[in-house]
Amino acid sequence: MRRVHAFHGGVHPPENKAQSLAAPIQPAGIPPQLVLPLAQHIGAPAQPVVRVGQAVRGGELLAEADGFVSVPVHAPTSGTVSAIEERPVPHPSGLPAPCIVIDTDGADAWAPLAPLPEAERADPTKLRERIQGAGIAGMGGAGFPTAVKLSPGPGKTIETLIINGTECEPYITADDTLMRERAGDIVAGTRILADLLAPREILIGIEDNKPEAIAAVRAAADSDMEVVVFPTKYPSGGEKQLIEILLGKQVPSGGIPADIGVVCQNVGTAVAVHEAVALGRPLVSRVTTVTGEAVAHPGNYEVLLGTPMGWLLERAGVDSERARRLVMGGPMMGFSIPEPACPVVKTTNCLLVPTEAELPTPPPAQACIRCGLCAEACPATLLPQQLYWFAQGKEYDKLEGHNLFDCIECGACSYVCPSHIPLVQYYRASKADILARRRESEKADHARERFEARQARMERLAAEREAKRAERKRAAEAKAKAKAEAAASEGAGGTDDAQAAATADPIQAAIERAKARKAALAAGTAGEPADRLATLSANVDTIAKRLAAAREKLDAYDGGEASVAEALKRGVEKTEEKLARAEAELREAREGASEEA
Amino acid sequence: MSLLRITSPHAHGPLSTTRVMQTVLLATLPGVAALAWFFGPGVLVNIAVTSFFAIAFEAAALKLRGRPVLRTLDDHSAVVTATLLAIALPPYSPWWLLAVGAAAAILLAKQLYGGLGYNPFNPAMVGYVVLLISFPVQMTTWAAPRGLTAELPGLLDALRACFDPASFDGATMATPLDLLRQNSDQSLAALYEATPQLGAWGGVGWQWVSLGFLAGGLWMLYRGIFTWHAPVAMLAALAAMAALFYDGGGPGSGGSPLFHLLSGATMFGAFFIVTDPVTSAVSTRGRLVYGALIGVLIYLIRTRGNYPDAVAFAVLIMNFAAPFIDYYTQPRSYGHARGGRP
Ligand code: SF4
Ligand code: SF4
Repeated sequence: MRRVHAFHGGVHPPENKAQSLAAPIQPAGIPPQLVLPLAQHIGAPAQPVVRVGQAVRGGELLAEADGFVSVPVHAPTSGTVSAIEERPVPHPSGLPAPCIVIDTDGADAWAPLAPLPEAERADPTKLRERIQGAGIAGMGGAGFPTAVKLSPGPGKTIETLIINGTECEPYITADDTLMRERAGDIVAGTRILADLLAPREILIGIEDNKPEAIAAVRAAADSDMEVVVFPTKYPSGGEKQLIEILLGKQVPSGGIPADIGVVCQNVGTAVAVHEAVALGRPLVSRVTTVTGEAVAHPGNYEVLLGTPMGWLLERAGVDSERARRLVMGGPMMGFSIPEPACPVVKTTNCLLVPTEAELPTPPPAQACIRCGLCAEACPATLLPQQLYWFAQGKEYDKLEGHNLFDCIECGACSYVCPSHIPLVQYYRASKADILARRRESEKADHARERFEARQARMERLAAEREAKRAERKRAAEAKAKAKAEAAASEGAGGTDDAQAAATADPIQAAIERAKARKAALAAGTAGEPADRLATLSANVDTIAKRLAAAREKLDAYDGGEASVAEALKRGVEKTEEKLARAEAELREAREGASEEA
Repeated sequence: MSLLRITSPHAHGPLSTTRVMQTVLLATLPGVAALAWFFGPGVLVNIAVTSFFAIAFEAAALKLRGRPVLRTLDDHSAVVTATLLAIALPPYSPWWLLAVGAAAAILLAKQLYGGLGYNPFNPAMVGYVVLLISFPVQMTTWAAPRGLTAELPGLLDALRACFDPASFDGATMATPLDLLRQNSDQSLAALYEATPQLGAWGGVGWQWVSLGFLAGGLWMLYRGIFTWHAPVAMLAALAAMAALFYDGGGPGSGGSPLFHLLSGATMFGAFFIVTDPVTSAVSTRGRLVYGALIGVLIYLIRTRGNYPDAVAFAVLIMNFAAPFIDYYTQPRSYGHARGGRP
């Protein structure tokens, strides 16, 4: 038996899982309309490849991945694309986002499925392509594109593959039922992931409050997979906590599990991977727990992605009178859904519809009495009461010094706080503030750098011009001198004349040259530099436009995915450099022209 | 469906600050009962009158500061402060002493700093020390315990003592801690022989009062109101100091560990004052340090200082030091290397 490790803190909220475990997974059915957000994952939204009015079949591509950190969206059933527009989506921001809307036809006609040929399954690149191509993003709740996690990058070997069957949030039983009913698929998916990563060990972690699931997965598991059971405690299903429980190691602050040779995948993701590879079926449905006292038939439903939550809740027999809130996810980390029109997405593991008695409206917060219960509960070993103190005072440096960014927003601190202080809310707001300020100061730094670079360029250009002028002057004088000397040696008698010519000539010559040039310009023979100017300035315009677009994209991006933000930022920087070069060229050309004229 | 929009977490644990304060009040019961049994009902009048003043001052201050009066009073913290102060004061104190104490605790130590949670010093101990310095005579006369006095005062006597102090003349007696400090020329054995106030473990009456507060404290610990770190560290440090300087019980002895644990405000301080979360260090490691230093200070002040008991001074000194302790005992967060470096 493997020794499991304890992690600091944690809480034991009432589990409330039995309600939704009475019946096996049941299909929710096909709603009249499906609303599929283009971003159901962390990263760049998918790009639509269908038009309004187009008929689609189940499994067909609706929108393709936009880059590496992105996944496509497929049609969950047959129907007609009736709109591509902004709709309310389940996102903590509460803002609407672009969606593809399908009016279903009920026929559920499918495009032929193409499993990945056996021969190609040994090729990690092909496997990754397939996993991304099937639209798979972490189904435990975070929604990070799975293929990205499966590409640990050069120099990183994966020692341990962890399959997360913890499901530590109260109420949720989607993974539990999945393990009970589809343990074989989980193991098959795990096998594929293992083939891809070639880890030294494969661990399947399950909390000890799911004995049926443990038995089912143990029975199905291959001999090289170890099912590890550990005591129930929230939030042991957090990726970092699970790694600590199973391996006794901590992911370095600011790092990812791959840094210590670990990749974590959720059991639902493993099933999706199996279906994508072995059956050729893209991710178009998921198991969602519908529970809470306000629903008459709590249970686990196999739901088509895009199904409006309201429709699903109707099927589960929601009592709208008693429903006080609609939470996507569990009671600890889930977020409120503003309206039931929001669709079920890839990360919707649970819809919780509690009554007021079940999860009462929090009373007004009282003063922090520094009781320290929050610090005892914090799985990240932070001092939540100090963070709260600093957050109130907007002391951003101290917040960072007390490791605000290691907070996983698990809510354990707020859960135990006797003064009912919404601590997590303060941390979220402070994190957002700090990130915004960082971006601002980066922008300011950029502006300053740009200004300084420009200043230096101007000085350099001025110096060059000065040097050229001096050069020309010297050349003219030398010429004049040579001429004078020649004249002097030519006519021995005409010294006076020659001398006069020697003094008059350079000026005269310069005037003459200028006249000639002006005439030429007027006559249009000097058309070439003017053309060049036009081209250059057009060039500057285009690059400036491109830069604006890139900046906008960067500003609009707040997915929190460092690699994406980084790539966008690099793009902006490159374009900025290009623009600077083009501007310099244009200016030089202009100066040249005006000097000549 | 009219849906509430609330950020996570949506669930909440069973504890509330009001419940915490109520639990603290309930936990004082065994100790208060012992006090009332051995020294008469003076402590009960103390508590009632001090609470009255504390609530009045708190309400007035909240009103002046434009804070919600009823909602804030509902946290019960003023009554807790008043009760703790009243327990620490000599029974049969006159009303004006109680009023001044409540004013110092609530207005000076708490509301002036911004109310509950913002006070750096324990309000009850500030109230106590202000009174001790201002009115040393009233503060150092303690009633004689049951068994050593002919007759304990009754409830009426207690009320008279409070509101018409001139008409009250109760029996008083030096406390065991006073005795020990004043008699450094006798061996402990001789002292025990000579003075009836010194009981089997601590002082007569006092030992039971201490055990009462210990029981209340253990119950709070069981209820998860605070963690064991600060009180256990304090008691352990005090006992260790006493053992270290016990000196075989000769004239220079500071008293046995058991005597120190069961005398004066040791248990009351350990479980009701040192555990005050607002004014102590925050992390568990910090609370160990905080509690231990209080224990050491109590011993030093008791045996070397000029005051009858030392809990109040030791606590206030360490209140002052708590932020520094916090600074040096910040726990290592997840994913950070040992030694605080990221
Ligand atoms: S649990 Fe609440 S009241 Fe207690 S220290 Fe933390 S924030 Fe303050
Ligand atoms: S939400 Fe953050 S601060 Fe609070 S317990 Fe979780 S990790 Fe700690």
